[in-house]
Amino acid sequence: MRNSLIKYITEEARLNKDLYLLTGDLGFGVFDDFSKEFPSQFINVGIAEQNMTTIACGLALENNKVFTYSIGNFSTLRCLEQIRNDICYHNVDVTVITVGAGFSYGQLGISHFATEDISILRTLPNMNIFSPCDPWELQMILKNIKKIDGPKYIRIDKSNANTDNTNNVVIGLPRLCLDGFDAVLFATGGIVGEAIEAATILKKKNISLRVFSVHTLKPIKPKNILDQIKNVENIFTLEEHTLMGGLGSIISEIISESNLKIKRFKRFGINDEFPSVVGDQKYLRNIYNLNSESIASQIENILFDKS
Amino acid sequence: MKDLKLFANKIRNHVVDMTSRGGSSHVGSALSIADILTVLYCEIMHYDCNNPLLKNRDRFILSKGHAGVAAYATLSEAGFFDKNLLKNHYKNGSKFSGHISHKDIPGVELSTGSLGHGLGVGIGMALSAKRRGENHNVYVLLSDGELDEGSNWESFLFASHHKLSNIVAIIDYNKLQSISSTSNTLELEPLVSKFKSFGWDVVETDGHNHESLIKSFESAKSNLSPTVILCHTVKGKGVSFMENSVLWHYRSPKDEEYIKAKNELNKEK
Repeated sequence: MRNSLIKYITEEARLNKDLYLLTGDLGFGVFDDFSKEFPSQFINVGIAEQNMTTIACGLALENNKVFTYSIGNFSTLRCLEQIRNDICYHNVDVTVITVGAGFSYGQLGISHFATEDISILRTLPNMNIFSPCDPWELQMILKNIKKIDGPKYIRIDKSNANTDNTNNVVIGLPRLCLDGFDAVLFATGGIVGEAIEAATILKKKNISLRVFSVHTLKPIKPKNILDQIKNVENIFTLEEHTLMGGLGSIISEIISESNLKIKRFKRFGINDEFPSVVGDQKYLRNIYNLNSESIASQIENILFDKS
Repeated sequence: MKDLKLFANKIRNHVVDMTSRGGSSHVGSALSIADILTVLYCEIMHYDCNNPLLKNRDRFILSKGHAGVAAYATLSEAGFFDKNLLKNHYKNGSKFSGHISHKDIPGVELSTGSLGHGLGVGIGMALSAKRRGENHNVYVLLSDGELDEGSNWESFLFASHHKLSNIVAIIDYNKLQSISSTSNTLELEPLVSKFKSFGWDVVETDGHNHESLIKSFESAKSNLSPTVILCHTVKGKGVSFMENSVLWHYRSPKDEEYIKAKNELNKEK
């Protein structure tokens, strides 16, 4: 996904000399070509995310288009107040891009687990939040958000759902990845891949799962969620992120304030605790029962009240 | 210089009126910067009060946002908006918050209130100007206690590394912060050598001497490095019983205190 991102920013920089890419000293080798082509539009600000974010605000107040880049928590939580007071309150065109969503850097320890970012950033007024599931979806998001000149957050995952490109990416609208009728599974980020695999497992058991990639987490109109779950009584959500305030919370907030009658609802994600072990993304998904087999089995149990 | 004294006195009168009427804090912090703001808006900065977004205007950021009343007062006296609007400060439904806000207030470049944000934003503005070949300057006014915030030092490093000669950091060095003196709280000294070692030019001045302030700001214009203007100031300057007293960081002047303060300021005119 990272290559998709660089390709997009490079193309945009060719058209816009007022575009800046700032990094907090991360992305070794990734920006070599960009910095050679646009030496005055690329700045490695050093390991200083608070300063990076305030500089981004200053540049954007002068009508520049700014991207900041770092790993998950560094350019979000470390400088949260700069994002809140400077970027969001002034409603400026800064896109905060992070790599390492969820357990992408699972061996590096909890400092590198980006597992609370969505919950925290979605509380900030004016913020727009995107969590693509694969490079194609990311490309489409980047193209479609050009007209949003306010704050944006893009969360990039190491894993990749490799979805087909049948359905268009429409900002604010969950993208249908697989149709089905017995239950709906909303997922976000690379873990959409596990959701699709879970649907494939369940299909063999004659359970038909409708899977959506919720690439836009904010803004999200209730209607855009509710329209996807008409005539389905079983709703599930899946995220490589804490259950406290993320995708599951978003969907449950919308459903609980609607007139929709739901029979079963379950959120799959990370409980309110810090992981006690490290491991690669696949390993940690297994530990947290977020892999396709476990999701399929849990959904089956819930649908047949086996638990 | 007489006009400058009068302008500064008007700011101080507004500050005392606003904090008294509103029951708001930080009167001492606001009085401390009245002369700096006077010199900036009367002698140094290029701006057009009828066109607050004038492209080549000099930018001013009040990073010590708690002294917002002084900036509001200055902007109104400089013609950005009607002075009567100052009466709304701290009132229910008002835009004129205790900490400075840009929302619907012409002339305010940046809302602040949490310390350690303004310098970085100013640097972003200065960087943009440099890259575009624009000639305006960016002035950021910080408090001394604000220097406790680590984010400032990230910004100091960045500005000198990128040779941003168009940014001026003004330090309101009144040596008192919220609860106690700066030296009792977190020693800042040796401050001049700290700034120099971060690659900034440093000019020290009496922050209440208009002539000296003008010279300092003028000298910054020809510097090749970013400049710190270290202004030695007196918290509460202009009202004797508020001067050098940490009490007036939070207390607002009421009744007799208000009358006494106003009498002193009016004698100055």
